[in-house]
Amino acid sequence: MNLDFSDEQKQLRDQVRRFLKENCPPAAVRAILEGGDAYDAKLYQGLADLGVLGAAIPEEYGGVGLGHLELCVVAEELGRVLAPVPVASTVYLGAECLMQAGSEDQKQAWLPKISAGEAIGCWAINEGSGRMQPSKVALTFDGKTVSGSKAPITDGEIADFAIVLAKEGGELSLCLVDLSGSGVTRETLDSIDPTRGQAKLTFDATPATRIGSAGDGWHIATQVMDRAAILIGFEQLGGADRALEMGRDYALERMAFGRQIGSFQAVKHILADMYVSATLARSNCYYGAWALSSSAAELPIAAATARVSATNAFQHCAKNNIQVHGGMGFTWAFDCHLYYRRSNALALTIGSLSTWESLLIERMSAGNVEAAA
Amino acid sequence: MDFNDTPQEAEFRKEVRSWLDANAPKHLEPELKRASFGSNGLESEDPIKASKAWQKKKAEAGWACLHWPKEYGGGARSAMERVIWSQEEGPYAVLSGLFTIGHGMCGPTVMEWANEEWKEKLLPPLASGEEVWCQLFSEPASGSDLAGLRTKAVKADDGSGDWIINGQKIWTSGAQNSDWGLLITRTDPDVPKHKGLTMFFLRMDSPGVKVVPIRQANGASGFNEVYFDDVRIPDDQRLGDVGQGWKVSLTTLMNERLSIGSGMSTGFPELFKFCMDMEIDGEAATADSGVRSKLAQFAVKQSGLKYTGMRAISALSKGETPGPENSIGKLVAGATMQELAMYALDLQGEAGVVWNEDSPQNGRFQAMLMRSPATRIEGGSDEILRNIIGERVLGLPGDIRVDKDVPFKEIPTSGKAKA
Repeated sequence: MNLDFSDEQKQLRDQVRRFLKENCPPAAVRAILEGGDAYDAKLYQGLADLGVLGAAIPEEYGGVGLGHLELCVVAEELGRVLAPVPVASTVYLGAECLMQAGSEDQKQAWLPKISAGEAIGCWAINEGSGRMQPSKVALTFDGKTVSGSKAPITDGEIADFAIVLAKEGGELSLCLVDLSGSGVTRETLDSIDPTRGQAKLTFDATPATRIGSAGDGWHIATQVMDRAAILIGFEQLGGADRALEMGRDYALERMAFGRQIGSFQAVKHILADMYVSATLARSNCYYGAWALSSSAAELPIAAATARVSATNAFQHCAKNNIQVHGGMGFTWAFDCHLYYRRSNALALTIGSLSTWESLLIERMSAGNVEAAA
Repeated sequence: MDFNDTPQEAEFRKEVRSWLDANAPKHLEPELKRASFGSNGLESEDPIKASKAWQKKKAEAGWACLHWPKEYGGGARSAMERVIWSQEEGPYAVLSGLFTIGHGMCGPTVMEWANEEWKEKLLPPLASGEEVWCQLFSEPASGSDLAGLRTKAVKADDGSGDWIINGQKIWTSGAQNSDWGLLITRTDPDVPKHKGLTMFFLRMDSPGVKVVPIRQANGASGFNEVYFDDVRIPDDQRLGDVGQGWKVSLTTLMNERLSIGSGMSTGFPELFKFCMDMEIDGEAATADSGVRSKLAQFAVKQSGLKYTGMRAISALSKGETPGPENSIGKLVAGATMQELAMYALDLQGEAGVVWNEDSPQNGRFQAMLMRSPATRIEGGSDEILRNIIGERVLGLPGDIRVDKDVPFKEIPTSGKAKA
């Protein structure tokens, strides 16, 4: 048995970490938070040049042809530094969807560009407030074009293509839309985490092609989101670990009552509990990574497990990182709020915590009772 | 990443399986599978005799104390082989509960600190289950602050070199079934508390030793008080130097946390089964969104512990030392079990208050509710474990210890509540 990454994968992690230390310091995240850009284009191109975007894309489609374990390693590092780039939208969701269900033409058209950093994708499923569910989809696909609105869409403002869940007749289908086509309107939405842009996309008879069969949209979307949940789980894990480190470091530096505040049990125990939640999340994410890389039958359960656990950990560590910092943690100048923002934004993307909690138990009770042990 | 055995591991697993298949006490299996907390669940046979018989059989075939060297009755197996053995032993492992403290804590301490003669005399019968050991550490006034213990050992004034012991221990698991005890005492009250301790071992049938079972909050009696009234111990039953007891005790405690933390139950599989079998408004409880949220949170703790254990095993199998991750085991399992028991009773509605043979799963959740407070205290309380994680894993500074350099006899022993 080996529930760990290989030495080569650990080397990749070190390499990506070094690259991000140089190219994505907190100041770069802050520049997106405070500036006019929707993402860090230079960093994104750097990741493409490093081969990170195409890590899990086969070489025949312009990728590097490594695998999903390598992508998990990369995701954790991106999460650690809150990289303000559209990797989740483009790679975990966009490229994964095309690789899982796209036609040869669709793959040829977009995967090489994704790998090269020349095309950004977005995952256009949501239509307004409330839990994501099939009955809420109103946007239509008539076989050639889509019409209707989607919001909120992460990276919708900057995307080159969108994967859109649409009503086709009485059923749901997934469509691929080139956003340079006609009838596309974009509206930027303010959000709790401006380091990752949100937008509303409106389509008016915009040309689109179906991904997979008619009526298969929800099924494919679910499969893709399961795979993405594990990768986003790794981003959350990276964020949780970094928030824990920030809290620990501050507890060592900050003095009160003549002592390092980390010597007080009230503070020490907060940090110990952060370590516990991050450790549980790490173990559950490794289980997810195994399932993702081996396309195991347990993948749906492993995905929900990793996702729930990683969401718990990142929210828990980010909020308590502020608590350990005290008043300084609530200043704009300290980076704690960047992690707090991202932890709460990631908790909602591709289905909120309660959605995944429900999925986990639904899947466990649907037959695999063994998984409970 | 994979969950498969290496060819050698698979070979070993096969060997274990076939031996167990031919030798395990299969007639006890149904009873052992029902085992709940603090007992091995046996009614058809004497639980002590059944435990000793199984241990002896294992010892004769070389399957006892797999982590010990062969010369002391152990199996000298690798860490990975131990893991495979415990996975395969399954329900029969419950029978080893009687020996957990002896094999996991007292034995390793004797192995590190006793002379060769004693090791050869004490360890083989401990390994084979012929002799049972208990650990005489906690006292009424020293639990988390173990080094504050007050049981006194003084040199006999007859020139024999023997020690005379007076005092009281508490929370001693299995003292009533034990042949030997590992005893920590205070030999010098004039120096700071950690410096005046000395470790001994003694026969539990020594004159002046009295074992009194404690009636616990859950009504059961797994723990004991042990009283010492002028008990005489020869000097050659001392482990380590006079005044070195604290250092000796660290060997024991390190082993305690390793053995207690691994593979602990949270009760989740039982709760999940209960919810699968139960209906709310004509639908399975597992279809209810409130139930799902609660169950999911328990589920990810259960699986988080399971895969944390597997990560530790992975490190072992590569010959690495597992990291500190395992220190979270008991902390998470204990608190989860308590919350989970409360939720299982909540789902039973007002009937949750009833605790008898008609209660769901024979009253397992009521038993968990009543036992779980102890899990959060024994073998290092939740708070001590958080200190350990904070200080040894995260590198935070220790608390300020006001009694550190004070002679033991000058440390205050009682406070006063405000009127």
